[in-house]
Amino acid sequence: MSLYDTMTGTAPRRGSISRALQSVHIDIPLLVLIALVSLAGVAILYSASGESTAMATRQLIRLGIGFGVLLLMAQIPSSNLRLWAPWIFALGLGLLTVVLFYGDVGKGAQRWLNLGFVRFQPSELMKLAVPIMVAWYFHERVPPPRLLQVCIALIIIAIPVGLISAQPDLGTSLLVAAGGLFALFLAGLRWRIIAFMGALLAALAPLAWFFYLHDYQRQRILSFLNPEQDPLGAGYHIIQSKIAIGSGGLFGKGWLNGSQAHLQFLPERSTDFIFAVFAEEFGLLGALVMLGLYLLIIARGLHISLLAQSTFERLLAGSISLTFAAYLLINVGMVAGLLPVVGVPLPLVSYGGTSLVTLMAGFGILMSIHTRRSLIAH
Amino acid sequence: MVENTVWRRRSQVLMVMFALAAGVLLWRAVDLQVWHSGFLSTQAEARQVRVVDIPAHRGMIRDRNGEPLAVSTPVDSVWANPARLAEDTAAIERLAAVTGHDPRTLVQTVQARRDREFMYIRRHMTPDEAEVVTALDIPAVYLQREYRRYYPMGEVAAHVLGFTNIDDQGQEGMELAFDDWLRGESGSKRVIRDRLGRVVEDLGLVREPRPGRDLTLSIDRRVQYLAYRELKAAVSEHNARSGSLVILDAQTGEVLAMANQPAFNPNNRATLRSMHTRNRAVSDVFEPGSAIKPFIVAAAMDAGMVDTSSRIDTSPGWMRVQNATIRDLRNYGELSLTGVLSHSSNVGATRVAMSLPPETLWSSLRGFGFGDVTASGFPGERSGNLTHFDRWQKIRQATLAYGYGVSVTPLQLARAYAALASGGVMRDVSFVRVDAPPPGVPVTDPGHARALLGMMEYVVTEGTGTRAAVPFYRVSGKTGTARKSGLGGYEEERHVAVFAGTAPASDPRLVTVVVIDEPGGEHYAGGLVAAPVFSRVMSGALRLLDITPDDVRRDEGRVAGTHLPGEPG
Repeated sequence: MSLYDTMTGTAPRRGSISRALQSVHIDIPLLVLIALVSLAGVAILYSASGESTAMATRQLIRLGIGFGVLLLMAQIPSSNLRLWAPWIFALGLGLLTVVLFYGDVGKGAQRWLNLGFVRFQPSELMKLAVPIMVAWYFHERVPPPRLLQVCIALIIIAIPVGLISAQPDLGTSLLVAAGGLFALFLAGLRWRIIAFMGALLAALAPLAWFFYLHDYQRQRILSFLNPEQDPLGAGYHIIQSKIAIGSGGLFGKGWLNGSQAHLQFLPERSTDFIFAVFAEEFGLLGALVMLGLYLLIIARGLHISLLAQSTFERLLAGSISLTFAAYLLINVGMVAGLLPVVGVPLPLVSYGGTSLVTLMAGFGILMSIHTRRSLIAH
Repeated sequence: MVENTVWRRRSQVLMVMFALAAGVLLWRAVDLQVWHSGFLSTQAEARQVRVVDIPAHRGMIRDRNGEPLAVSTPVDSVWANPARLAEDTAAIERLAAVTGHDPRTLVQTVQARRDREFMYIRRHMTPDEAEVVTALDIPAVYLQREYRRYYPMGEVAAHVLGFTNIDDQGQEGMELAFDDWLRGESGSKRVIRDRLGRVVEDLGLVREPRPGRDLTLSIDRRVQYLAYRELKAAVSEHNARSGSLVILDAQTGEVLAMANQPAFNPNNRATLRSMHTRNRAVSDVFEPGSAIKPFIVAAAMDAGMVDTSSRIDTSPGWMRVQNATIRDLRNYGELSLTGVLSHSSNVGATRVAMSLPPETLWSSLRGFGFGDVTASGFPGERSGNLTHFDRWQKIRQATLAYGYGVSVTPLQLARAYAALASGGVMRDVSFVRVDAPPPGVPVTDPGHARALLGMMEYVVTEGTGTRAAVPFYRVSGKTGTARKSGLGGYEEERHVAVFAGTAPASDPRLVTVVVIDEPGGEHYAGGLVAAPVFSRVMSGALRLLDITPDDVRRDEGRVAGTHLPGEPG
């Protein structure tokens, strides 16, 4: 038994609670890690929102709903997901098309579908539907994928990504693309194809700059490269965020004492930039502990993927874990001024419901995969 | 099934990539939170900590007895950041309701200035009114503590005090002259402000605010009121264009009262007009006419050309100098110096003046302060004009003898009379209370000064100035009536009426000059228009200041009950 197994509780345990949880297909180590990060998130959200009990309460309710979704997804055997894969994907595409024409406009982008009783972002569904579809496609095929198969997989990825970026929603389209590409990568994509794709991307980047990106997106990248150029305009987010993180120092200013956030200098402090609040109040040590917890979640996901017993499950679990990792890296990189500002929230912590539900659904799938292993491998 | 070997290789690649990414994040965290922490903390503080002013109130102006003449009361000015307020039309309308603006106009004004970050909504609201604005709790609307100047006497002492502008800076009068003294020095404190500029926390005092210092003027509030009231009544009664009145302490040179008409209310800045705000007593000059004659006589006595026993032949009541004819009202024949003054004989005064070398006359008049500012320090004071003797022709010296071709301010004339009243000593005039009389410069022989006071008593008892008499007090004074010069020379219809004098004549305490400009009624002579004002003001002031009467015996026959105070005897 390795140290890792001890830490994450993979070693067999006895106890009625753990048996009860296993019977509803809950993976205890993953659940504990998710709960730790989420609850720390509520605490920091309370501080970032100017000690708003209402916002903290709403976030707790969302976490409850998210846990319900997790529990629900954990009950669905992954073989069912595989059977439904084309239908889920088709539904997602259909909704994306509808939203493009009939969606509600919010903050300058058309992302929301109003179903009357609930507002819903179809692009969130795609974060799971694309990896499911790619995993489905490679399930029966022998690796490494041939060129034609790669092209088909790329088309599967490209259609929803194109629809989402037309809303426009750069952050989500990047994450959806990442989800599909991770599955493709895990399916054994040849290195020379990867190298070719990389070269192609590099060549297309200037074209994308001139023809694909919106003005505000170009501006974000420019201000990322030189935030001090326009400190009150485009560079404002990054500068204030760096100041918040840096002024936290080694040990931070203490919970509820982050002045950049509490004096409202830091923008989007409850949502995309919440990590800066955390780093300001808990310092370098707190940030390292938080990142450590995230890395443990990612490691647990990859571990589940490694032990998965079918190609579909392995690709799906791997893709979900890696997408989560990408989430984290993009958000923290953005907050720390290492990446341009794209609208990617800090997973499990940022205020907001939709992406939380998707994440929890993903964890539910992971748990479903892990708790339904048969003792003897195929 | 993807083979385990493939998967393992792939995951190893991924692990390396993750390790790299985690390493970059770690490096970044250390970079920001350890190496650059100091700099970034300073940046945070620079955004949050501000040094703000603590306003200090302006010093109080008091009269010589400590009564308040100008006080500062705390008020609140409401300002807003239009860049942030412009969107919220409903809030602007609520704001308009409590600040007395028309809602639609205010919305337009705020929206027109949306590219700015500061505008006043309303200056100087009382703290109670401002409380209502605070209660609305509209973001981007703030209060600023200021001090408003309030003048309890209103227009009574307006010209001496002057006024401040809305930013509490002295603009006129004593407020301007002593601005540095009165002005407080605002202090400062360090505060934490949030992004919207609201003060969240007080970190402590940087510099204590230093309130302005109080100023005690030489003005006596009661005498000032008397002067104001009587001058206003006279200007109104005679339908005059304007008027000035100065009362000096004969022994110290202090200004006890100074009033002008027309006046203004310094508590209402909206009505200020320079025509009203000008302190004519120091800023307007006039030709003194016969009021200059005592100084001509003093010059001749000092030069030894005449003495109290001299007789001056004024017949036939006129004389020619160069091409001009100088006339008296009638032929007075041979006059003593007293007669020259009491009848105000132009011919007599001219003969006295012409007996002197120009330089002697000029330097004697200069000694009395003609053609020179009084060193009172009052802003905008004028010096008047006394042409240098080099350029005198005979006619110039002749007309000077009865007060033409020379100009003075009322304050200058009062100061010159104060020199006669205090035994020939010229003292600087002062608007600030002085506790010990300043030394002063002797300008004429004390005996001559005393003699002149005696002669000038006859002006009041039997000469041109009988209406200046004050019951129970002996008065020395001189009337003056000058034609005003216009485009075509001296005019027949426009006059300046003057009375200048002192009382009690046996031991002079008060010197008063009354100048009525362009009386429009049938009377225009100084003895008829200005002298009664002198009498009323002096009888009131002498009693107010509890100055011992020196004419009890002589006035026994005129029982107080039969004479209203101030009526000419």
